[in-house]
Amino acid sequence: MAEHQLPERLSPLEPDYHLGSHGNFEHGVDVILSETRPGSILQLAAWPGEEKRLIEVIRKVTGLALPDGAGGGVSSSARAVFGFAPGKFTVVDEAEGLAAAFAGVITPAIGTLTDLSHGRTAMRIAGPKAEWVMAKFFAIDFALPAFPLGAGRSTNHHDIFAQIQRSGADQFDIYVFRSFARSFWKALCHASEEVGYEVQ
Amino acid sequence: MLITCPYCGPRDVIEFTYQGDGNRERPQPASQNLDAWNAYVYDRLNPAGDHNEIWQHSGGCRAHLRVVRNTLTHEIRSTTFARGGHKAEGRS
Repeated sequence: MAEHQLPERLSPLEPDYHLGSHGNFEHGVDVILSETRPGSILQLAAWPGEEKRLIEVIRKVTGLALPDGAGGGVSSSARAVFGFAPGKFTVVDEAEGLAAAFAGVITPAIGTLTDLSHGRTAMRIAGPKAEWVMAKFFAIDFALPAFPLGAGRSTNHHDIFAQIQRSGADQFDIYVFRSFARSFWKALCHASEEVGYEVQ
Repeated sequence: MLITCPYCGPRDVIEFTYQGDGNRERPQPASQNLDAWNAYVYDRLNPAGDHNEIWQHSGGCRAHLRVVRNTLTHEIRSTTFARGGHKAEGRS
């Protein structure tokens, strides 16, 4: 049997993805914007009471150990996981095929797996003014003590639902619906103009 | 108005959707007690004070919540998951 070929993924940001420095960057670039293009974005959900078993499955498959608590998460250079709702987790991998790795392991007794790799677009904002720009979009506390490293948050911006993970002290990864991604990206660029931004 | 979601912590009311009066008791689907159905559909306590309500954190974790809100002051007295099954450790 021929191997299943995944369709080539094109960036929805392409027409408005302009590399280089923009906005008010004469005095330096204070945020760097990029599309991270992970190969796999999955949503895992545990049935009530099965959360611990699902967390154990995530640890076995990805090697990432989720910390306790609401919205807890952890990220490495290639993989990331965070809680975004009670018993629900987003798992991201640089490589494609993570859904296949989970498929046989998340049994119907534990929960469900939804492959959103083609349904979400991932953007990264990094730099000393990342918290400042993010705070203009979302009414949540982005300070490090309130939003620790690796943690995830579910919120929205003008009805565009967003999942946010802090992947560095001054770095956030934002997951939005692919169909709204270009609009959100343009808003992100406009909001970053005042601090000077570079698209990489 | 801020509502403290048991999972997400304090969030602006704009992230939430009101799902109705939390005092209603739905009759069994097969019930033919018209008074009970009438009360379920139409009767409301309409208190000037603490009121049991159902809200959904539709712009966040999407959990359904039981909220006690004061209708005079809009103070949120308590929020818990509407379904008891999930016991997440909340943030305050």
